[in-house]
Amino acid sequence: MASVATDAAGLGRARAGGFVAPALVLIALFLVFPALWTIYLGMTDYRLTGLAASAPSFVGTENYTDALSDRHFTSSLWLTLEYVLGSAIIGQSILGFALAWMMRKTRAAVRGIVETLVLIAWLMPSSVVSFLWLAMLDRSGGTLNTLLHTPGFNWLIEHPMLSIIIFNTWRGTAFSMMLFSAALQSVPPSQLESAKMAGANGAQQFRDVVFPHIRGHVLTNTLLISLWTFNDFSPYLLTAGGPNHASEILPVFIYNSALYGGELGYGAAISLIMLVINLIIALVYLALLRQRGPGRPTRRERRVGEAALEVAA
Amino acid sequence: MRTLTRAAVTATGLAAALILAACGSSGTSGSSSGSAGSSGSAGSSGSAGSSGSAGSSGSAVSAGSGSSAGSGASSGSGASGAPVTLKIATNAIVGGKNDQEASWLTKYVIPNFEKAEKAKGVNVTVTFQASGVDDEQYKAKLALDLKGGGGPDVFGIDGIWVGEFAQAGYIKPLQDVVGDSYKDWDGWSQISDAVQGNASFDGKLYGIPVGTDGRVLFYNKKLFAQAGLPADWQPKSWDDILSTAKTLKQKLPDVTPLQINAGTAMGEATTAQGFLPLLAGTGVSLYDNGKWQGNSKQIRDVLSFYNTIYNTDGLGDKNYQLDAKGRDESFADFAAGKVAILAESDYLWRSVVDPKVGIDPIKDKVGTVGYTLIPAEKPGSGIRGQDFVSVSGGSIYTLNPKSANAKLAFDLMAFTQSPDAIKARLAGAAQITERSDVNGEVLSGDPMLTFVSQKVLPLTTYRPSLAVYPQVSLALQQASADVVSGTSVADAAADYQKAMVKLVGADNVISN
Repeated sequence: MASVATDAAGLGRARAGGFVAPALVLIALFLVFPALWTIYLGMTDYRLTGLAASAPSFVGTENYTDALSDRHFTSSLWLTLEYVLGSAIIGQSILGFALAWMMRKTRAAVRGIVETLVLIAWLMPSSVVSFLWLAMLDRSGGTLNTLLHTPGFNWLIEHPMLSIIIFNTWRGTAFSMMLFSAALQSVPPSQLESAKMAGANGAQQFRDVVFPHIRGHVLTNTLLISLWTFNDFSPYLLTAGGPNHASEILPVFIYNSALYGGELGYGAAISLIMLVINLIIALVYLALLRQRGPGRPTRRERRVGEAALEVAA
Repeated sequence: MRTLTRAAVTATGLAAALILAACGSSGTSGSSSGSAGSSGSAGSSGSAGSSGSAGSSGSAVSAGSGSSAGSGASSGSGASGAPVTLKIATNAIVGGKNDQEASWLTKYVIPNFEKAEKAKGVNVTVTFQASGVDDEQYKAKLALDLKGGGGPDVFGIDGIWVGEFAQAGYIKPLQDVVGDSYKDWDGWSQISDAVQGNASFDGKLYGIPVGTDGRVLFYNKKLFAQAGLPADWQPKSWDDILSTAKTLKQKLPDVTPLQINAGTAMGEATTAQGFLPLLAGTGVSLYDNGKWQGNSKQIRDVLSFYNTIYNTDGLGDKNYQLDAKGRDESFADFAAGKVAILAESDYLWRSVVDPKVGIDPIKDKVGTVGYTLIPAEKPGSGIRGQDFVSVSGGSIYTLNPKSANAKLAFDLMAFTQSPDAIKARLAGAAQITERSDVNGEVLSGDPMLTFVSQKVLPLTTYRPSLAVYPQVSLALQQASADVVSGTSVADAAADYQKAMVKLVGADNVISN
């Protein structure tokens, strides 16, 4: 019985290993090796140019201790948090859900137009999109300043974080919208009707009927977009991290210190820190998903279900 | 459903890890996107001058067969008539940054060199690898190419990069790359030792210098006339600059009176055009006798001057200093008559406001743009007791030590700096070249460049050709950025001191 369970195909250990090997080699080559290499680089003073480029020396954890005392790194960490919270968790999720919710009952033509527009923002290449935004936010002659009658107002200097947060919300909402649209279709209309008849208002319907059905999707969506946003480099195209580091989120910080400043070792150390943060985010979400996955109704869900049955009866 | 979701989640986590690792180790995607961004803004070209050496600086000529795998295969012996490929690279692109240089390379140098070699029985094909990005981005790209064993055969770099490139092994002394034969080039005798120093590190020559330059204060004579200021303006101290700027602010409220580069976004253009000329005006050299300026009175004087311009008196526009494309904007606005005084090298005159080849042309350049020496803090307070100061630089052409046809690459490099080629490049326009035999001829028609070569070069200063200099420069840029953004002078100077101690050691930093 044990042999059936572990070797259903009857290949044997060696042949099974042969089949898996190409995949393992690819993973090792493109995933494990770069990660280990990053760890190694992060413990050297490797630079893009100069003596340390030809003969880097081992510095142990110095890059990490330097990072902790580097005011630009700590501020960059906060900015990244702000960026993820603002543009992904609040901006994209809420706007995406709102769009999905509103589009449920609109006419197909309207829905088609709205969805296409939102999707285009998502599908266009970053370089193109950022150029459009630069033109829109331009200090002299930009569209926004013309509309608001605020000539000469430099949005990217006065409100750099707000600008890139709105930029990324605009750009990435399509994913949340599509995911929530699909999720909302899984909410049985009968339950909503029942709740309505039982006198539940909009907020109550959402909390007790809709949300329990889409909780898994909310978590998945939050996880994906926070990871993407956390690693997003496109704000560089708008502000290059400026003014004076005020919008320097971590990926931009790494680019600026590793390539612009030439400190490859330091950049690698920060990359590893980012990698660890990514893993932590992923693990937390996975734990949440496992703990409260769909299928096991909560007490409130049961109550709603019972109420619906009563009404139906 | 649930398993599917989880699988997707895991896959994303792994993908994120992969992306990160890749980011840490190469980051090339970043650089390319950066350039995309820069190309967006009209005047991307402006940034070239950063290095001081203005137009020429960005240029890298790389005739490298070594770099391109394909060419390497085909190159073979070269002399026997077998086809050889050389690649030349500079930070120049037709229709964009340093257009003049790019056009000259593709239309004059390459066809004429190929023809000349064919006459000698060498079948060589030269390709030009164009770039049109900020100098720092060009440098990162080049360094990554060379680090990977590729890169062009002949390329242009800024003179201040020679030390760090040499220490990294990306470039080698000409002696090592082509042997003694490099000394046979007849151009060396025409290039002064001071200018050859621009292409040297540790006493060894790494390439051929390509021109030099000097920094001055440019001003708009028409705006000056409107404000009742003299057309032949010559400030004698920093206070003179400030009082003129105040007059401009009062009379012409829509005009930005003064632009002295600050901040990190402008890169080396902040250090070379702004910080170092000011520092020279306080009487010290950034690096002298093994010691660097740290949190010293002179550094604080410069930072206080920035503070006066951008905060206390509001004589400059912070946006130019902080915006990612601020330098290009400041050029465009100077050309449009919205900036009155601008500190810049003669690059501005040759490549930015020139009516024919400039990116922000001014039709009546000679009648509109005035230029004057940069004064010391007070008369006589400048370096070597001077009343006026400046900073000079210049770019060089150098060879890829891994080139499969190093000798031919050297010939190409020397060909670009022959008197005929230089004259073809200038095509009637003037630029201070590295060759004394050409200078007399090409400068005579241009009052501004004659002014630079006669009045500015004798009192100018050069940046230390040490590998650590670019990092020191970054620390200076950061200090000026902090002050412009509102940090107090004392705090900015203290942070600068900290950065310097980390870079060169506490014993080598002067603070008082």
